Amino acid sequence: MVIYGVAFLCGCLLAGLFVGDVIGQLIGVQANVGGVGIAMLLMILLSDGLRKRGRLSPVTERGVLFWSAIYIPVVVAMAAKQNVVAALAGGPAAILAGVLAVMLGFVLVPPLSRVGAPQRDPDGPGEGA
Amino acid sequence: MSTLWETLSDVFVRNGLVSAFTFVGLVVWLSYVVSDRLTGGRIHGSAIAILTGLVLAWVGGTVTGGTQGLADVPILAGVGLMGGAMIRDLAIVATAFGVSIDEIRKAGVGAMVSLLVGVLASFAVGAAVAWGFGYRDPVSMTTLGAGAATYIVGPVTGTAIGASSEVIALSIAAGLVKSMLVMTATPFVARPIGLDNPRSAMVYGGLMGTTSGVAGGLAATDPELVPYGAMTATFYTGLGCLLGPSIVFVTVRALFG
Repeated sequence: MVIYGVAFLCGCLLAGLFVGDVIGQLIGVQANVGGVGIAMLLMILLSDGLRKRGRLSPVTERGVLFWSAIYIPVVVAMAAKQNVVAALAGGPAAILAGVLAVMLGFVLVPPLSRVGAPQRDPDGPGEGA
Repeated sequence: MSTLWETLSDVFVRNGLVSAFTFVGLVVWLSYVVSDRLTGGRIHGSAIAILTGLVLAWVGGTVTGGTQGLADVPILAGVGLMGGAMIRDLAIVATAFGVSIDEIRKAGVGAMVSLLVGVLASFAVGAAVAWGFGYRDPVSMTTLGAGAATYIVGPVTGTAIGASSEVIALSIAAGLVKSMLVMTATPFVARPIGLDNPRSAMVYGGLMGTTSGVAGGLAATDPELVPYGAMTATFYTGLGCLLGPSIVFVTVRALFG
């Protein structure tokens, strides 16, 4: 049934957020540490196990897939409730700090994408320079 | 006629979430029409939709004077629930359905390094900007640096180390600017920085850290990459809140105190 998929998804999120809160309290931080990420890992591992045992029917999956498909509209709603006025009111110092942080982040993506990457495909030819 | 209008707006107000889904559906539809007709599909429909959302948030904030963007307009209050943390996190977790465990394992080390580098680099940039604008005490420098990490790390760090409310407000603004810029700029820089595979998406999530920015930016770039970027990004704010008031503050104080 569709509700099984929805309940499974919601259960994963609640479990992840709980663990994230506990980690936050353990390390003395006033924030949830990786709750959503933990929920995602939980979801990936559990769905993999359930699928292998044939416990995940297509109808059940639909309960998860709907929420996955509604993701972009949710992000649009999220954008529409941002405090854009406050961001712009912060003036040049806030804008410059934000802009530079983003630019530095973009620049660092290529070098860090190579960290821990397989050096070269051992079976294939080198990638050249 | 005014009573008919009142009745209609009353229906919208009473059914906030339903109104929000209807409204967002219209925005997304219009955005895809614009993407198709006006840009020949070059600018992704979802990128236009997210940008439209931000513009509407600005309009809402300006008109109502509130802090919730469009959600402060009574007939669109449901946008706040639909785009709030609860539904957003649920949808993000749902995108992980069908994600490859192998890809995550392969990118694991790079993603962890990117988290640490991302947090520290943002602190450095924010602190440098603070210094440049005359906020030269360690508390203000650290707080603005924290804001350059995310708009949650900013106030959490600032409160912990006793920053002034002016500097805390500034740090939130810096974080908001970052989040919005990540949402809108990502599709345009994706190709030059090689953001087209799960590994670089995880690194990108770790470097940027703003969950809303990363979620929006990747959605507008390639929805398949969303779960990978979002997964690392969700660890960023926690890490920032951990390092900010401790190691980073102590370091800044040692250097500039």
